[in-house]
Amino acid sequence: MGLLSDPNRRRALTNLLTRLNTPICVLCYLAGVAWFMGLAFEPFTLRTYMSENAMGSTMVEERFPAGERALVTAREFGAHKRKSGAMPVDWLVKTMQSRGLEVYTQSFSRRLPFPDENKERYMVRGTNVYGILRAPRAPRTEALVLSAPCSPDNSNNQAVGLLLGLAQYFRSQIYWAKDIIFLVNEHDLIGMQAWLEAYHHTNITGMDWAPLHGRGGSIQAALSLELSSDVVTSLDLVLEGLNGQLPNLDLANLFYTFCQKQDILCTIQEKLQRSDWDSVSGYSQAVQTMALMVLKQASGRPWGDHGLFLRYHIESATIRGINSFRQYKTDTTTVGRLLEGMFRKLNNLLERLHQSYFFYLLPSLSRFVSIGYYMPAFGFLAVILLLRALDLWVQLGALPSVTEDGVGSRALPLQSSSPSLVSILTPVVISHLTGAALYTLPVLSQELAVQHFPVSETEAVVLTAIAIYTAGLALPHNTHRYSSIAKQGWRVLKLVAVLYLAVLLSCTALINFSLGFILALTLVPVAAFVTPHVPKVLSAVVMVLLAPGCTLLYCVFAFQELQEAPVSLIDGWMLFLSVISQGMLDHALYGSLVYPLLALFIYPCWLILWNILFWK
Amino acid sequence: GWKRGSSFLPGIDVTDTKLSTSAFLLLHQARAERFFRSDHTNNWAVLVCTSRFWFNYRHVANTLSVYRSVKRLGIPDSHIVLMLADDMACNHRNPKPATVFSHKNMELNVYGDDVEVDYRGYEVTVENFLRVLTGRLPPSTPRSKRLLSDDHSNILIYLTGHGGNGFLKFQDSEEISNVELADAFEQMWQKRRYNELLFIIDTCQGASMYERFYSPNLMALASSQVGEDSLSHQPDLAIGVHLMDRYTFYLLEFLEDIHPASQANMNDLFKVCPKSQCVSTPGHRTDLFQRDPGSVLITDFFGSVRKVEITMETINLTPHTETALAYVDQLPVAQIIHQKPKQKDWHPPDGFILGLWTLILLVFFRTYGIKHLKHIF
Repeated sequence: MGLLSDPNRRRALTNLLTRLNTPICVLCYLAGVAWFMGLAFEPFTLRTYMSENAMGSTMVEERFPAGERALVTAREFGAHKRKSGAMPVDWLVKTMQSRGLEVYTQSFSRRLPFPDENKERYMVRGTNVYGILRAPRAPRTEALVLSAPCSPDNSNNQAVGLLLGLAQYFRSQIYWAKDIIFLVNEHDLIGMQAWLEAYHHTNITGMDWAPLHGRGGSIQAALSLELSSDVVTSLDLVLEGLNGQLPNLDLANLFYTFCQKQDILCTIQEKLQRSDWDSVSGYSQAVQTMALMVLKQASGRPWGDHGLFLRYHIESATIRGINSFRQYKTDTTTVGRLLEGMFRKLNNLLERLHQSYFFYLLPSLSRFVSIGYYMPAFGFLAVILLLRALDLWVQLGALPSVTEDGVGSRALPLQSSSPSLVSILTPVVISHLTGAALYTLPVLSQELAVQHFPVSETEAVVLTAIAIYTAGLALPHNTHRYSSIAKQGWRVLKLVAVLYLAVLLSCTALINFSLGFILALTLVPVAAFVTPHVPKVLSAVVMVLLAPGCTLLYCVFAFQELQEAPVSLIDGWMLFLSVISQGMLDHALYGSLVYPLLALFIYPCWLILWNILFWK
Repeated sequence: GWKRGSSFLPGIDVTDTKLSTSAFLLLHQARAERFFRSDHTNNWAVLVCTSRFWFNYRHVANTLSVYRSVKRLGIPDSHIVLMLADDMACNHRNPKPATVFSHKNMELNVYGDDVEVDYRGYEVTVENFLRVLTGRLPPSTPRSKRLLSDDHSNILIYLTGHGGNGFLKFQDSEEISNVELADAFEQMWQKRRYNELLFIIDTCQGASMYERFYSPNLMALASSQVGEDSLSHQPDLAIGVHLMDRYTFYLLEFLEDIHPASQANMNDLFKVCPKSQCVSTPGHRTDLFQRDPGSVLITDFFGSVRKVEITMETINLTPHTETALAYVDQLPVAQIIHQKPKQKDWHPPDGFILGLWTLILLVFFRTYGIKHLKHIF
């Protein structure tokens, strides 16, 4: 008889599966974590290389001369900004026109769902100013974008100054095959979102913007510049965009090769690269860099103005100038030359960047880990869920035979067969309703909360969210009143929950590996070990500690630690609250999906497991 | 009509008078006989660049520099078929519009004022190339796009672009294989479209393109062997691309020293760009060529040199008494056409196939039992 159709053999296999299940699950978990940690080890990574043939090497002669003039322009810009209090639109328009660009403005306005305490804004009204440098001989089918944000305080003046200086220099060259759009956006991401939505004729987030009068063709690549000092000691590259999307690795390779050519120190995650990979400190530096990238990607928010371009399949990155205490300083002219070189190479492109990887992790700027290498780390964690599901299936299949042997009456098998659909659906539906409440109620009920409690709107929203989250813990006492399920019904519910979690985490990991991996790290052990038979108090504590909310708290603390700015508990808690409010705002303003995912899917899944723990 | 071998040459005597008259006459007779026995009366060139796009600038510069040399040595535009994508000079990315440079620092503009491109842009296809070679063109094709060679023509064919083992890529959408090329040359031979043909190719793994030739009177040169890449040269920072490939760069330098009266022969051409300069190993093939390469002048292919000798004396030429070789008998056909491809080393059958068949057999016998073996054997 065949291997799987012989009942004896099958029973032997299933016995093996049941006996070895827990050890294999533990092994898989350790293997997943070890694989992830091993990704940063330099011999396991690959050196970055330029994949796009059209961009080739750094063979280009940069001749940008006007760094000092750019600084003068920056000072003028700063003065006008201080005088007018907001963006000096008229001065910008006049300056760009004098440099020979086609200048247009766009006004936009947006009322946030609740006030943003980090940036102190609620009703946002602003203007974007952009100038288009038309390619001298080419048809207007493609464009490149260079943008600099107009920040309310005294920062990023030099970025705007350098942008205008480059505009003047680029205008006198004849080798541009694509239009170049020089954009100065107000209110950073909100202005950028308004501009992009208007450019692409979409309206995803319900913002109010004026249509664009001038356009430049489909955008092939975009660079955002943040420069707040006259000299820099290093340039930092920011890649993480909305929903953890990353630009094509060729853009990072391009930046790195030009940094080396201009002899500028370049960093990623603001951490320097070390060459001693075989020492502990070298390895830990690589792990820290990679972990920072994972945390930033998992948060789903755009970490620079470039982050919103990625949704439109425009490869973009932010270059941030950092001025720290180092002897070797780079002046504005060299930064200008770097940008000139990058733009000349992007100009050579014939099609969008697509030759290199879209999914990768960077332990340092010259080493990368591609999706084929990092996905098994998540795969090991997902396998645990599948093994558990298989184990439960086997247990459910073995039950009827046990009760038949034990009791022998005809009526019992019918009773102990799989419980009714309603009794399984009840906890699922109630958990999802709680999740829906967590998603909608905080923002909707902020006025109500402000009337009754002495808190500001933002605090009201965040505290309502935490309240609903904690209220969900009391649910098992409520759901049990409505269910009359057999004792073994929890197995079916757990099977459903485990498979649901597996699908959810796998889909998340495909789009945003970091988010899926971090959630899997805490949720998979919970899903694996929870049954009604484990010691209740201890498991309840462990489950709360591994819940999505606490995972977020740990991530906040870990992020601060990795950035070498550790916080105390109180400050960490305040930071955690602001992270929650930022997450909700990101979702409302830019369409970030992390908050809906956590509220509508992950939290209900965890609640179902919580229900199983308190099964009677 | 005119019968070869019985011409009569009046003229002015310009030879050395130190020789005795009879020896002098014999020398001239020998030379005149040799002159009239030569089968080469005209020259053609087919220069093809198979790449387009800005980052393939060097392929266009390669072809244009060979074009320039060939024109300088005497082949007129009416005898040159130039096939280029021609999107370099007026490319939006060209900082020096209307120029194509072949030396960095913009020393030499090979585009010039008098370039005549016969097939440009998307007309450079495998089909057009083969039609030009074989002459199978529709009647409406203008003369400038035809290769109007006859059986006394020496043809130079130069190809450059991106290639691989056994193929050459035409403009990103199609390829020509070495077998197709060999068959095209055989068609040319059978239609008496060439006397001798020199084939030069500058691509990666270029030697694979002449491996399959089987027609007589073909000489071939390639810039690299199978498994090697041909490298680019002359990086120019102002323009931002490589301007030439190594092999053609050194070929151009070699040709700059050739003038119409030069006596340099093919052995010198084979020495162009040794491994130290080219990094790849250039190769050549002469086994199908009748004459000894040492006696073949460079100008036989690269120039259009009119051989005119003036003498005051009357020279009697004897008729050609050797039985002329019939055109198709010059090489044994059976030996050429049925050339077997080189025997590859025998490898044992792939492990995967073996494993698959073993699995199938095992399952079969496991299911149906060993007793069925007797039905098979």
